Amino acid sequence: MKFTWFNLMPWPYLPDDFREKHHSVWVDIDQRLFDPVKSNEVYNTYMDLLEYAGTLGFDGIGVNEHHQNGYGIMPSPNIIAAGLARRTKDPAIVVLGNSIALYNPPVRVAEEFAMLDCISGGRLVAGFPVGTSMDTNYCYGQIPALTREKYGEAHDLIMKAWTSRDPFAFNGRYNKLRHVNIWPRPIQQPHPPIHIPGGGSVETYDFCIDNTYSYSYLSFSGYLRAKALMDGYWRRVEEKGAPDKSPYRAGFAQTICVAETDEEAERLYWPHVNYFYNRCLHVYPGFADAPGYRTIKTIQTGALSQYAPPRGGYAELTWKDLTEGGHVIAGSPETVRQRMEELAKGLHVGNIFCLMHVGDMPADKCMYSTRLFAEKVMPKLRNMFPEYANDDRFWCHPIAKRATPGSLPAAPASAPGAAPRQPVPAE
Amino acid sequence: METKTVETRHAPIKYLEGGSGEPLVFFHGAGGVTADDPLLKELSGRFHVYAPFLPGYGETEECGTLRDMLDFALHGWDVVEALKLKNPILVGHSMGGMIAAEMAALAPNDVSRLALICPAGLWLEEHPIVDIFSLLPFEMPKYLFHDPEAGAKLMTAGLKMDDPAFLQTYLVRNARQLGMAGKLLFPIPERGLAERLYRVKAKTVIVWGESDKLIPPVYGPAFQEKIAGAKLVKVPEAGHMIIAEKPSEVARAVEAVA
Repeated sequence: MKFTWFNLMPWPYLPDDFREKHHSVWVDIDQRLFDPVKSNEVYNTYMDLLEYAGTLGFDGIGVNEHHQNGYGIMPSPNIIAAGLARRTKDPAIVVLGNSIALYNPPVRVAEEFAMLDCISGGRLVAGFPVGTSMDTNYCYGQIPALTREKYGEAHDLIMKAWTSRDPFAFNGRYNKLRHVNIWPRPIQQPHPPIHIPGGGSVETYDFCIDNTYSYSYLSFSGYLRAKALMDGYWRRVEEKGAPDKSPYRAGFAQTICVAETDEEAERLYWPHVNYFYNRCLHVYPGFADAPGYRTIKTIQTGALSQYAPPRGGYAELTWKDLTEGGHVIAGSPETVRQRMEELAKGLHVGNIFCLMHVGDMPADKCMYSTRLFAEKVMPKLRNMFPEYANDDRFWCHPIAKRATPGSLPAAPASAPGAAPRQPVPAE
Repeated sequence: METKTVETRHAPIKYLEGGSGEPLVFFHGAGGVTADDPLLKELSGRFHVYAPFLPGYGETEECGTLRDMLDFALHGWDVVEALKLKNPILVGHSMGGMIAAEMAALAPNDVSRLALICPAGLWLEEHPIVDIFSLLPFEMPKYLFHDPEAGAKLMTAGLKMDDPAFLQTYLVRNARQLGMAGKLLFPIPERGLAERLYRVKAKTVIVWGESDKLIPPVYGPAFQEKIAGAKLVKVPEAGHMIIAEKPSEVARAVEAVA
C-alpha cells in the first residue's frame, strides 16, 4: 500500500453563516473573506504539517490545484511542492496535479515537473487532472466542449517533451511550437509516474488503462459511495484486457481522523469535520458542471458531478451520518484499521490519499491524528496486496544519493581555490 | 413546418421547412428551436422558411470538428449551399444572430438582406452579459422574458423535472445544446465580430426587446453603429425571448428589409 498524506489547504476562517449568506465557496467566493496577513501563518502551518507527515513514514505528501476556492488555497501546487522538495528527504512529492489544459503552453508543466523531479532527486509523482468545471471552465475560461481535446493535446505534448532527446516541432490545434526542447528534463525515466484524478468519466478510465496511468478518485464522500464508480473502473480494466488488475492502477482519497478511542475522535474532530462538510462544500450548483464539460456518454452512464448538491438540497450532516456513511473514517486506531481495510479491499485500491487535515483543524489535533495513523494503523495495512508488492509502475523511483539541502561549506574568507597570496617583496 | 434533412460536410443537418415566398434562413439561439415556434409560423406566412438545427440541436448530431466562429459561419454557408439557395434573407436570434452576422461579414456579396434579433457577438465593458452557462433552469426566465412568470410556464410546459428518466434526457439535451453553444458563447459571447461588421453590405434590421435582461438593449445601438445603414427596431414589453413574446412585431421588422 502507498499512503500519501494530503492537505487540501482550506481557508480556516469562513464565517459560521457562510452557507446561508454566501453564494458559493468556489469561483465567486467573497474576496473579503481572505485575509492575506493571516494567510502567512496558514500557509506555513499547512506546509509544516506536510513536512511533519513526511517524517512519519508516509510514502508521499500530496498537494493539488484549485482556483478561487475557499477550501483550497493552492492555485499553484508546484510552489508548495518546491518548498516541500527542499524541506523533506524521503517521501514522494505527489502533485495531484497540474490541470494541463490550463497552461499555455503546457510545456510549462513539463518544465516545472522536471524541476521538481530534479530538485527532489526523483521523488515526483505527477498528476494530470482535466480539472473540475469550476476551475477549468468558470475560473480559467476554457470552453467546456473543447476542454478534453485541449487536455489530450497538452498530454501528448508534455509526454513528447519529456521523452524526446532532440528538439521537435509541435503543430497542435491549441499549441503551435516550432522548437520544443525542454531544459531541464526529469530524473525519472522515461518519465515520472502519472496519476489521473477522475470523477467517473468513462473516457478517463480508458485513458488510464491505455497509458498505464493510475486512476484516482478524489471524492469527499467516502469509500461506501465510491463503490459503484470504482467497480465501473475495474470492469473497464477487465473489458479492455489490461494485463493485470494491480490495485496500484487506482487511488482513492479518504478523510481520516484517528484518536485513542472512537469517543475521543468525535470530541476532538467533529468541529473540524463539521466545518468542512457543512460549510466548505457550499458550491453554487450552477458552477458544478458546465454544459459540454462532461461527455454525453458519461452523462448517460448517470455520473453526475460530486459537487452538485444532493436532490432536495443540502442537509446538515451529523457526525453519525458522516462516519456511518463512510465520508469520514474516524475513531480508534482499531476502528480506523478495520474500515481502511474494508476500503482498500472493497475498492481494490493500492494508493490511498489520506485527507488528514480537515477543515479548520488546528495543527496539534492534526499532528495527533496523523501520528496515531502512522504508528498504529499504517503498519497493519502495509501488506494488503502481497501479490502486487513489487508493482512499481505507479510510484516514483528516487535516485539513491540525493543532495542534502542547506549543506553549503563554511563561507569562504577569501577567494576560493586561489593559492594564498605571496607578499610582494619590497623594493 | 416539416422536418427534413440535408447533407453537409460535417453532419446531416435536420431543418424545419415551411411557407412559401422568398427563401429565408433562420438561425436559432442557444435554446434551440421547435416546429411550433411562433416566429417561424409568422414568417412562413410570407416567406419560404428554412430553419436548420445546428449540430447538437434537435435531431442533428453534435459535431466535434466544428470548433470556432469561423467553422460555424462557414457551416452556415454550407447549409445555404446544400439547400441550393441563392441570396436568402438571413435571420438569426441571439447566438443565431451572431452566426448570421458573421456569415454576412464573411461573404458580403452573397447576402443582401439581414435581420438580427437581439444578436450576441459584441461585449461592452460597462454592460457585461449574464453568464447563462452557470444559471440554473429556475433562474433563466427572469433573464429571458419580459414576463418571467408566463415565460417560466412556457419553458416548463410538459416537462417532468421530478422524473429521473426525464431529468437524464434533459441533462443530455442541455449538454448537447449548450455544449455546442459554448464554443461560440463561453465564457464571454464575443469572438471578434466587432472587427468584421464593417464588411456587411446587406440591408440590415436589428430588432431588440426593450426589456431584454440577457443582452441589454444598449447592445442594439452598438450593432447599429457598426453596420452601415442598419435600422434598429425597439419592441416594448419584450425580453430576450422576443421571438416568443412578440413574434408578429419581429416578423414585421423582418418584412421591412425583405
